[in-house]
Amino acid sequence: MAETEGTMQEKIDRSAVDNDASAVALMEERERAELERTWASPKGFFGWFTNTNHKDIAMRYIVTAFVFFLLAGIEAVLMRIQLARPENRFLGPDLYNQIFTMHGTTMMFLFAVPMMEGIGLYLVPLMIGTRNVAFPRMNAFGYYVYLIGGLLIYTAFLLNVGPDAGWFSYVPLSGPAYSPGKRVDIWGQMITFTEIAALVGAVEIITTVFKQRVPGMSLNRIPLFVWAQVVTAFMVIFAMPSVMLASQMLPADRLINTHFFNPAEGGDALLYQHLFWFFGHPEVYIIFIPALGFVSSIIVTFARRQIFGYTALVLSLIATGFIGFGLWVHHMFATPLPQLGQSFFTGASMMIAIPSGVQIFCWIATLWGGKLSLKTPLLFVLGFVAVFVLGGLTGVMVASVPLDLQVHDTYFVVAHLHYVLIGGAVFPLFGAFYYWFPKWTGRLLSERAGRWNFWLLFIGFNLTFFPMHQLGLKGMTRRIYTYLPETGWGNLNLAASIGAAIIGVSVIIFLINVAWARRRGLVAGDNPWRADTLEWGTASPPPSYNFADPPIVAGRYALWTMTAETPVLKGLSTKRREVLVTRVMDAEPDHLYELPGPSIWPFLLALATGETFIVGIFTPWGFPIGAVLSLLALFGWFWSKPKSEGGTAADSRQEQSLLSLGEAQGLPLKKGA
Amino acid sequence: MSMRGKRLAYRLTTQACLLLMSVLLTGCAGAQSVLDPAGPQADRISKIWWLFFYVSAAVLLLVIIFMLLAVHRGRVREKGAGDVPEVDEKRGSAPDANLERRMTNTVTGATIITVIILLVLTIASFSIGRSLSSSMSEKDAVTIEVTGQQWWWQVRYMDANPGNIFYTANEIHVPVGQPVTLKLNSTDVIHSFWVPNLVGKKDLVPGHDATIWFEADRPGLFRGQCAEYCGLQHAHMAFWVVAETPEKYQAWVAQQRQSAQEPSTDAERRGQQVFLSAPCIMCHTIQGTPAGATIGPNLTHVASRITLAAGTLPNTRGHLSGWVVDPQAIKPGNRMPPNSLNPDDLQALLDYLQSLK
Repeated sequence: MAETEGTMQEKIDRSAVDNDASAVALMEERERAELERTWASPKGFFGWFTNTNHKDIAMRYIVTAFVFFLLAGIEAVLMRIQLARPENRFLGPDLYNQIFTMHGTTMMFLFAVPMMEGIGLYLVPLMIGTRNVAFPRMNAFGYYVYLIGGLLIYTAFLLNVGPDAGWFSYVPLSGPAYSPGKRVDIWGQMITFTEIAALVGAVEIITTVFKQRVPGMSLNRIPLFVWAQVVTAFMVIFAMPSVMLASQMLPADRLINTHFFNPAEGGDALLYQHLFWFFGHPEVYIIFIPALGFVSSIIVTFARRQIFGYTALVLSLIATGFIGFGLWVHHMFATPLPQLGQSFFTGASMMIAIPSGVQIFCWIATLWGGKLSLKTPLLFVLGFVAVFVLGGLTGVMVASVPLDLQVHDTYFVVAHLHYVLIGGAVFPLFGAFYYWFPKWTGRLLSERAGRWNFWLLFIGFNLTFFPMHQLGLKGMTRRIYTYLPETGWGNLNLAASIGAAIIGVSVIIFLINVAWARRRGLVAGDNPWRADTLEWGTASPPPSYNFADPPIVAGRYALWTMTAETPVLKGLSTKRREVLVTRVMDAEPDHLYELPGPSIWPFLLALATGETFIVGIFTPWGFPIGAVLSLLALFGWFWSKPKSEGGTAADSRQEQSLLSLGEAQGLPLKKGA
Repeated sequence: MSMRGKRLAYRLTTQACLLLMSVLLTGCAGAQSVLDPAGPQADRISKIWWLFFYVSAAVLLLVIIFMLLAVHRGRVREKGAGDVPEVDEKRGSAPDANLERRMTNTVTGATIITVIILLVLTIASFSIGRSLSSSMSEKDAVTIEVTGQQWWWQVRYMDANPGNIFYTANEIHVPVGQPVTLKLNSTDVIHSFWVPNLVGKKDLVPGHDATIWFEADRPGLFRGQCAEYCGLQHAHMAFWVVAETPEKYQAWVAQQRQSAQEPSTDAERRGQQVFLSAPCIMCHTIQGTPAGATIGPNLTHVASRITLAAGTLPNTRGHLSGWVVDPQAIKPGNRMPPNSLNPDDLQALLDYLQSLK
């Protein structure tokens, strides 16, 4: 691709380029072999637990999260079977309540957030031209903790100890008096695990983006995908502590007789709701904003033009991130709260439609001015616009206090939230799968199957969820395991259940497509879509070190503005896992930094964390034992840090060469810190 | 290629039309419907619903039309144009400046219109919200205390004279044309009171008192249901609101204030004895008998109610019998234990319960 762009460009005379092509090729080959040795992921069974390569860890996130998506999807189908007819006896109330709790919990905590972060952890370092995330071991730790949380809750579910108090687990229903047993404790600790993982991922993404961008990628040149990931990561950092607080106070009430939420002892049940929704509403945006990043990437590529309104889009993302924290009370309009307070939250909830509107307008404008090739990823994006706009409009309805008092906790809201989350996140996610699958595996998914996948999902989705608006207006409340025939809800529910089956077929087609494409798909090459962002500037799948020589970025659309003469970043050690640390604003080179390599300690620390919270459910001894084990694991972790960590031992010769390279290119390089 | 674009356009427009039509059909009547208001509260909300609905439908339609036009245009352009991506930063490939300017104007205009629409909707929502709560007037209102419990509703009609206070369950009678004030609370977990035809919902949060009011402007039967997930039998926690003429309502009140009817036949007398000696007495009250427990619904006038088990079963002899013998089969997990009575005792008990008009 670089060649085609290059031929269009005038040749610029560059004296720095070595003329002896064969000598260069030989040197490059040797360099690559050395890089491969340095960055290679450990092999074998033991190696799996010590790997710290961001792509491997991220792919585990993606695959694990997708497995949870399938499990939650099966749960959804079971619920739809139960609700297809009035007074159906397919599932009893106890099982149904566990299943709807598991469905919500899995989709929100085990699928959506880890999936979005996983895709971010894979692509962000590639898009900004670096070799690994900022804290590779912590990254691995995050994955293990997430996996332990997911295994915990599904093991419990299979043993009939699945949580049954809803994905929100409101007190007092989830309190010790009304939910005896261990079900809710398991829910609470699972939340804690996944939140730790989410926070770890957020810290990785923020640090990596702010400090490891390739020279030339100033803040105003960051791809929108990366901006979306950064905004999400900040939201995670502010939102997750609130739910971790709730998910610790709740087990404390249950296990050690505190009374945070017990009205009889001066606690307050509404406090829990505030803590939960202060996280819970931003959560929606944590899921949805990364998807906006997918959409922007896909639209730019398939419209073959720059995005319309880059600055407006970035500001909209940031505004959404801020306003997203001012909406939580709209989940609580029906509680006894003062009306003035409610009005404030109506205002904020209406206001968030503005940045969303701006983004939709900018995307449509980009399509308008583009040259479209209507491939599957773009098809999913178009589906996203149609579905998400409808969900956004019903969102404006539930922002209105009087309307919300009628539709709150009914199937209208079930419809609304699925339009927003499936429309806003799952449609773009499938688009992203079709778009980045060739980068991840080196092969293209089938376009034909992709179209079936899309149309069945689009039709099945609307058939499932559109009638739910009507059901809600006809009085069908949420979370009921059955209903009486005389309510007249039977036919619409049947339609919804048929729609769910169509969605199921669509997902099966996707799975077959993936299985087929992994072996027989068309070989993709580096850049099958002729896209603009840096991840397409390396092999598919990318080598363990990402780029032999990351290109220095000269514009917002790195590969489109690249020419044969575009300088590359030289001077990073090939013998150590070294990355270039750059400055936050303009990505000027700052210093070299050696990242730690494979280590078993993150896994062991995750086990210790797991012990703490899981054993803690059954005996308070879990905590002191866990503290000791964690301490030991941390000792091991820090003992084994690389000799040169922290950049102190950065080879001065290399730094020199880097600096001279920079000067030759007129980059404003300064001596490292 | 353009065939495919047309097909897409066709699909999406049919989708949009279907969508519009099926929402328009939601206006149909029903005993549990937001869009069939039977009182001023629900009426105001249904008006604002239609405002939001028409605005939203128009916006959705416009967005989809513009998107499809953009796709169509983009595909036409694809055929004519070269292969160079349009980027400002690359010499010779900048997008057409005129087009960019027009698009900037359009996007700015669309954003301004969005802001105006949202402003109008917000103001409309505020003013309806105020009118819903400000017109609450305590005087002349019928005051009823509703207590949510897992999984039924205790209803207590308040009166200045304590002797006139009476209890019922899962059924609220109200006079047409007179405001009703509801004092809501819960003794266990959070429930939510909702009668869509009359009034929006209100949560019953333990430790937080809540008050709402509503008025019925026509006689009718309106179904309500717990709207906040409250455990195993959340699905079967319904109730009926009976709106009737003031005369009928007064007659009903007068009757409910009475103690339970004395058994008049032998079978009924035997039934009463069965009631008082079986576990029934541990949980239920029948005014005028020694039964005075308050764990379960008050049964003083159980035979006058429309349904059993919180709106789950019609109040017939057969259902009553099934409910008494094996309530767990009908509403698994509810607090009433099964009762094994010999057939004669059971028939007598049913006779007695059915006499409690």
